[in-house]
Amino acid sequence: MRVYAVAAAGGFRRYATYRIETAAGVFTNTVFGFILAYTYMALWDERPRLGGYDMPQALTFVWLGQALLMTCVMMGGGFEDELIERIRTGDIAVDLYRPVDLQLWWLAQDLGRAAFHLLGRGIVPMALGGLAFDLALPGSAGPWLAFLVSVALGVVVSFGIRYLVALSAFWLMDGAGAAQIAFLAGLFFSGMLLPLSLFPGLLGEVARLMPWSALLQVPADVFLGKHTGWGLVRVYVFQASWAAVLLLVGRMVQGVATRRVVVQGG
Amino acid sequence: MAEVVEAAVPEAPEAVFAPRSRLVEGVRAYGLIVSMWLRSTMAYRASFLMTAVGNFTATAFDFVTIMLMFAHVDALGGYALPEIALLYGASGTAFGLADLLMGSMDRLGRRVRDGTLDTLLVRPVPVLAQVAADRFALRRLGRITQGLLVLGYGLVAADIEWTLAKVVVLPLMLLSGSVIFGAVFVAGGAFQFIAQDASQVQNSFTYGGNTLLQYPPTIFAKDLVRGVTFVVPLAFVNWLPALYVLGRELPLGLPDPVAFLPPVVAAVCATGAGLVWRAGLRAYRSTGS
Repeated sequence: MRVYAVAAAGGFRRYATYRIETAAGVFTNTVFGFILAYTYMALWDERPRLGGYDMPQALTFVWLGQALLMTCVMMGGGFEDELIERIRTGDIAVDLYRPVDLQLWWLAQDLGRAAFHLLGRGIVPMALGGLAFDLALPGSAGPWLAFLVSVALGVVVSFGIRYLVALSAFWLMDGAGAAQIAFLAGLFFSGMLLPLSLFPGLLGEVARLMPWSALLQVPADVFLGKHTGWGLVRVYVFQASWAAVLLLVGRMVQGVATRRVVVQGG
Repeated sequence: MAEVVEAAVPEAPEAVFAPRSRLVEGVRAYGLIVSMWLRSTMAYRASFLMTAVGNFTATAFDFVTIMLMFAHVDALGGYALPEIALLYGASGTAFGLADLLMGSMDRLGRRVRDGTLDTLLVRPVPVLAQVAADRFALRRLGRITQGLLVLGYGLVAADIEWTLAKVVVLPLMLLSGSVIFGAVFVAGGAFQFIAQDASQVQNSFTYGGNTLLQYPPTIFAKDLVRGVTFVVPLAFVNWLPALYVLGRELPLGLPDPVAFLPPVVAAVCATGAGLVWRAGLRAYRSTGS
């Protein structure tokens, strides 16, 4: 178990090294937060309480999206690029010899990375957004804690999706196509472009049931106090179920993939 | 002895025409490097097609978002969907062109970090041409196609009273817009000489600017509109000329003739970016690795 804690700490430290990049990222998140916030204001000016959100809640949704963009990896990029590269080059064979579980190792690293991104790329844009706009921030500790649990579950779901994307490289050799499809789906179905409650009819219903809604839509709604009591338990179960299913499928695919590894040598 | 040797070297004839020939040489080198990358791209046609379609789809998603918004409202900031489509398409096309020609500039920071920039410096070819043409990505045609399609829809569906002046403004807008975005790419590249791993800051101005310009200026705070008109003159990419075409009042109470300024602004931006690039290149210190 200790080795995974070390891996997580390593993931955290690794991203913490890039200070200028983190500052540049905070700048970018803030710029996009401002642009999106104004478009949302124009939309909610026309239709107050659209999708069940009032204006401060809609603006909070925007800034939560910017704060969680890197934490829950809505746009892809992270360990999967490295794993795809290791599969492509054959370095994966070395990893398989190591006395650690491949999936848990990468998960631990990714959790460490997510923790750093939440602190490094999440807090400052959210604070700046809060200064410039009227946001609906919870007044007590309860919703903040409930939100953190939901974010943690979202990170595991995100990991599960990206792990499968990476494993696809065993068959496709080049994971770029799968990564791009995952990136598009993540952007669209997480609620990053528009809250899923604004998606019309069947599209909205399907979007809310897909795993990507666990990345932003669910944590944001928890933050805004839309799920309390049993409702909160229900969305936790939703997120945890997707996490479990994706991790399990990932484990199965990994088993099939590693049995057919052909080490090219060289 | 050294003096004798120096005197023996005949003066290079190019030196006389140095400024012009360097530009020609740069464009030629750019063309050569691009054609090399094109050949390598076309070696995998299926892969090229898939990534181009992916590029098209990825950029189409933000217009899908705007359409989803219009499923709930009839106007955004006082603008109907076709009008916003015109703004979106104009910015998307101009940005797509700049991204196709100059989009590799954001790799500069990585080259500074890993030291491979030094390889470019020793070659007898302008560094800017080499950096801009590096890994020329034809798949970015997907973005241009998407922008043009939406622009076409906007031009057909919006209620425009056509005049000759408006017909002239359109191509000027697209070309000047791509030059302005290109200048931002180059200036951003120059910034990477110093900042190294801050390519995201550049993205805020390029991708962020593109997103901003997709919406009408009426929805943004006055100071923000002032900033992108007078400081980073992105408003000249599409807002000012497109609003003139739409017969809308220009933002900040600017008079209509301002809509014809984009070529001038583009020339100023390109010159400025060139100077910044030169300063950045001079300030460059190799990592030594």
